[in-house]
Amino acid sequence: MNALPWTIYVSFAGAALALLAGNRAASVARAVALATALGGLALALVAAAAFKPGPGLQTLVNVPWIAEYGIRYHLAVDGISLTLIVLTGIAAVAGVLFSWNITERTGEFFALYLALIGGVYGVFLSADAFVFFVFYEIAIVPKYFLIAIWGSTNREYGAMKLVLYSFAGSALVLAGLLWAYAASGANSFAVADLAAAGAQLSPGVQQGIFALVFTGFAVLAGMFPFHTWAPTGHVAAPTAASMLLAGVVMKLGAYGCLRVAMPLFPAGFVYWQPVIAILAIIGILYAGCIALVQEDFKFVIGYSSVSHMGFVILGLAAANAQAVSGAVLQMFSHGVIAGLLFAVVGRMVYERTHTRQFSDLRRLPLHKTLPFAALTFVLAGLASMGMPGFSGFPAELTILIGTWKTSPLWAGFAGLGILIAAAFTLRAVQVSFFGSTEAAAPAPAASHDPHHDFAPITWPEKAGALLLIATTVYIGLKPDVLLDWIVPALRSPLFQAVLKGGQP
Amino acid sequence: MTLNYLSLLHALLPEASLVLGALVVLGFDLVVGRRHDLAQRTVYATVLGLLAVLAAVYHTYDARVDGEVFGGVFLLDSLGMATRLGVLVLTALTLALLPGVTKVRQPAEYVAVILFATTGFTLMAVVQQLLVAFVALELASLSLYILAGFDRSRPDSAEAALKYFLLGGISAAFLLFGFSLLYGLTGSIALPEIARQLSVQAMTPLLLVAVLMTVVAFGFKAAAAPFHLWAPDVYQGAPPISAALIASGSKLAGLVMFTRLLWSGVGPAAGNIATFNAVPGWVPAVALVAVLSLLVGNLGALAQSNVRRILAYSAIAHAGVLLLGVITAGKFGPAPLVYYAGTYGLATVGAFGVIAVLDAAGIGGSLADLAGLRQRSPLLAFCLVVFLLSLAGIPPLAGFFGKFAVFAAALKLNGLAGWAGWISVFAIAMSAVGLYYYLLVLKNAVVVPGRSDAAPIKVPLAAATALLVAAGLILVLGLFPSAVLQAIS
Repeated sequence: MNALPWTIYVSFAGAALALLAGNRAASVARAVALATALGGLALALVAAAAFKPGPGLQTLVNVPWIAEYGIRYHLAVDGISLTLIVLTGIAAVAGVLFSWNITERTGEFFALYLALIGGVYGVFLSADAFVFFVFYEIAIVPKYFLIAIWGSTNREYGAMKLVLYSFAGSALVLAGLLWAYAASGANSFAVADLAAAGAQLSPGVQQGIFALVFTGFAVLAGMFPFHTWAPTGHVAAPTAASMLLAGVVMKLGAYGCLRVAMPLFPAGFVYWQPVIAILAIIGILYAGCIALVQEDFKFVIGYSSVSHMGFVILGLAAANAQAVSGAVLQMFSHGVIAGLLFAVVGRMVYERTHTRQFSDLRRLPLHKTLPFAALTFVLAGLASMGMPGFSGFPAELTILIGTWKTSPLWAGFAGLGILIAAAFTLRAVQVSFFGSTEAAAPAPAASHDPHHDFAPITWPEKAGALLLIATTVYIGLKPDVLLDWIVPALRSPLFQAVLKGGQP
Repeated sequence: MTLNYLSLLHALLPEASLVLGALVVLGFDLVVGRRHDLAQRTVYATVLGLLAVLAAVYHTYDARVDGEVFGGVFLLDSLGMATRLGVLVLTALTLALLPGVTKVRQPAEYVAVILFATTGFTLMAVVQQLLVAFVALELASLSLYILAGFDRSRPDSAEAALKYFLLGGISAAFLLFGFSLLYGLTGSIALPEIARQLSVQAMTPLLLVAVLMTVVAFGFKAAAAPFHLWAPDVYQGAPPISAALIASGSKLAGLVMFTRLLWSGVGPAAGNIATFNAVPGWVPAVALVAVLSLLVGNLGALAQSNVRRILAYSAIAHAGVLLLGVITAGKFGPAPLVYYAGTYGLATVGAFGVIAVLDAAGIGGSLADLAGLRQRSPLLAFCLVVFLLSLAGIPPLAGFFGKFAVFAAALKLNGLAGWAGWISVFAIAMSAVGLYYYLLVLKNAVVVPGRSDAAPIKVPLAAATALLVAAGLILVLGLFPSAVLQAIS
């Protein structure tokens, strides 16, 4: 267990090493990055094997840091954070594998990538709100450079928009946390202390602070109407960065909502609960509908991420043990599936065809020329639609059942979102991989047939895809593995205050 | 009142070493330097100057926290000691940039004037009497005017110096007028006595005028809006190394002196903005200047295409936050303010250091000129990233904790139930604007590729060391801010 903080340190050390190694040879930088990511995953899995589920956080490190402000370097883990740490480990390894073809400034790419991963691990392990915030902000800046340097389509715009949205969100969080710290008079940033002091505040103040902090985190979680950074950012980002952004970084926002905003101000949460739920449902339906009409393959995936994250926020808003545990499961599941989808679109297809437009892809019989990509995408699509046997199914089902208990109406609308998700996913599968039958007919089998030019799928791509598929199938068949961690964690007093107050 | 000249000498040994150092630098250049070429004379002057700073650091430690000296003209407290050390470190970093970078043709004079300015700064850190405060401020200011105009080969350097001098002269006149009114009202030039007198006086229009005059001069010194107009031109026109000192050490010393003046001198006339019913005094005036600075600085920076002007407008924006720190210093102590000003100074010296090296390599100051910096000098690009991200307030760099500490103090005044809280929320929101223009600079330096034939930039060893030390200090102080906070208890 106590090795878990090393996920952070190993990632940052790996970042420095990759930067130095990049000066010598790209292959060394790649090897360093893969070793670092594997090391992080191994640390996470070893800790997971030794993990004993229980309510409350299990402290890993707790030393004074900035005594003047009562700030402690406090790292701790419970079932929820462990779930997301394992997800981060898997996503990190897959991301490195799908970045194997980066040749330009390789060392810097992996340095920034690993710095981002280190920040993410740090957020998931923090038990002190200040430490949480520091890691949260550390994870922001690398995104800018990853997208602006190695991205595609409108990358500088996408990068700047994404970073400014994230940073503005974190500014709201900072304002809220400082307000809570100042108003409560507690000389501590421990979530439990802030919550205890925050409970003494007047309801109006609690509602105000909650709105600030929750909105700040929800920006990063892609909650409607603060989601517009997500599609443009995901589309502009290089494959590994999109995988991480959609797969892990959006979870930081949702995790912040669950770990900081809600336990800190249960009274504020109860006040805003219906608003959050309605925004979540709008996000599910609206983003789903937009995904339905996109002509750019990657935009479909980008909007689908917003739609799926809507389920996470809905699960949090429903605020009962089942819905919240479903939300955490969905964070994990979507992290894996979104990674897979972006990997197929960004790496397997775009890097070979150099187009993401459906109108172009339709003319290419990709199911014949890139069968592995087609197979992967079909599996990922099934998982994304929430088919049984994949992790999306137990996750969304748990959220819907939990939400039904709070409000059948919400669950009904959200259920509609699953239908829309099926529609846009099937459309994407059909048009991009199996679209050739009708369109190929007018075009004679010309000699300049581009199909044979595609490089075969390489081993890192296969390994990464297999890792992600195996994960989603394993969790789809055996969701208890994660639920056995998550459900006991929700019995901690901090979460109970939210979950009890969760009845509308 | 018995005056102990020996204790005065002991207390002012840091200043004595700086002045002595300046004279030695001049003398050495006169006697030995004429036989050597310009590069060597620059090295000699720098080394001697650094030795003088080192001696001053030693004597600052040696003077210890000693309380009032010479009948209360100086106050050797932990704030004064920390400020002196901070100013000396900033000066040392500025000096180390010189060899191989500066094109100044009179290196000894340049170093000597830097040391005289530093003497003014260290005096400002410990003074608590109006007359000596004014003299210390003028010593520093006059030296800075000279430094701004030191590059006689460029007309914009002269323009910068003239603008700085004229506006600085006017602000000095305001300050002197304010001081004389304060003396007239209280019959004393010693800050504690002024405070005693004012605490039994009601707020009169005359007192308000005296206080506002002081705030105007303060606003000028801090480059706060609407007294900021000199800053962009001076930052752009002055030799970059002069600009580094003007933006860093001068600011730290000025803020500490005025904080002392405003709180331990005219504290009873502070007024209050902890609630929405502001009590008149200098605090509401400073708060207004802070809001204007945040607005003008952050929005003004958006319109700039020259890196130095962006830094100038960012300095105006930072002045807004610093003034918030001045307001909270009365209740929660000056530690956040000094931390912020010191780490801001480190980042600014660093950023201007990078600009100075680029300037020496013949690279212009526009954003587009930075393109390809990463290929041409990874070291400079890396350092620039650290400095600008610290200015933007990204953890774990020191700029983040500075902002955090100041905002926490401002919100502690009375939460969001008063102006102070809302100003800090406004400042937090404005930090997102700040990140935009800092990233714009970094985009050009790191993202945009340069021309393929662009040659690598050679960074002189001393300058490289100074930049790395500044970057390292920013990281270390950001990770362990307690080191500074505890020093100013």
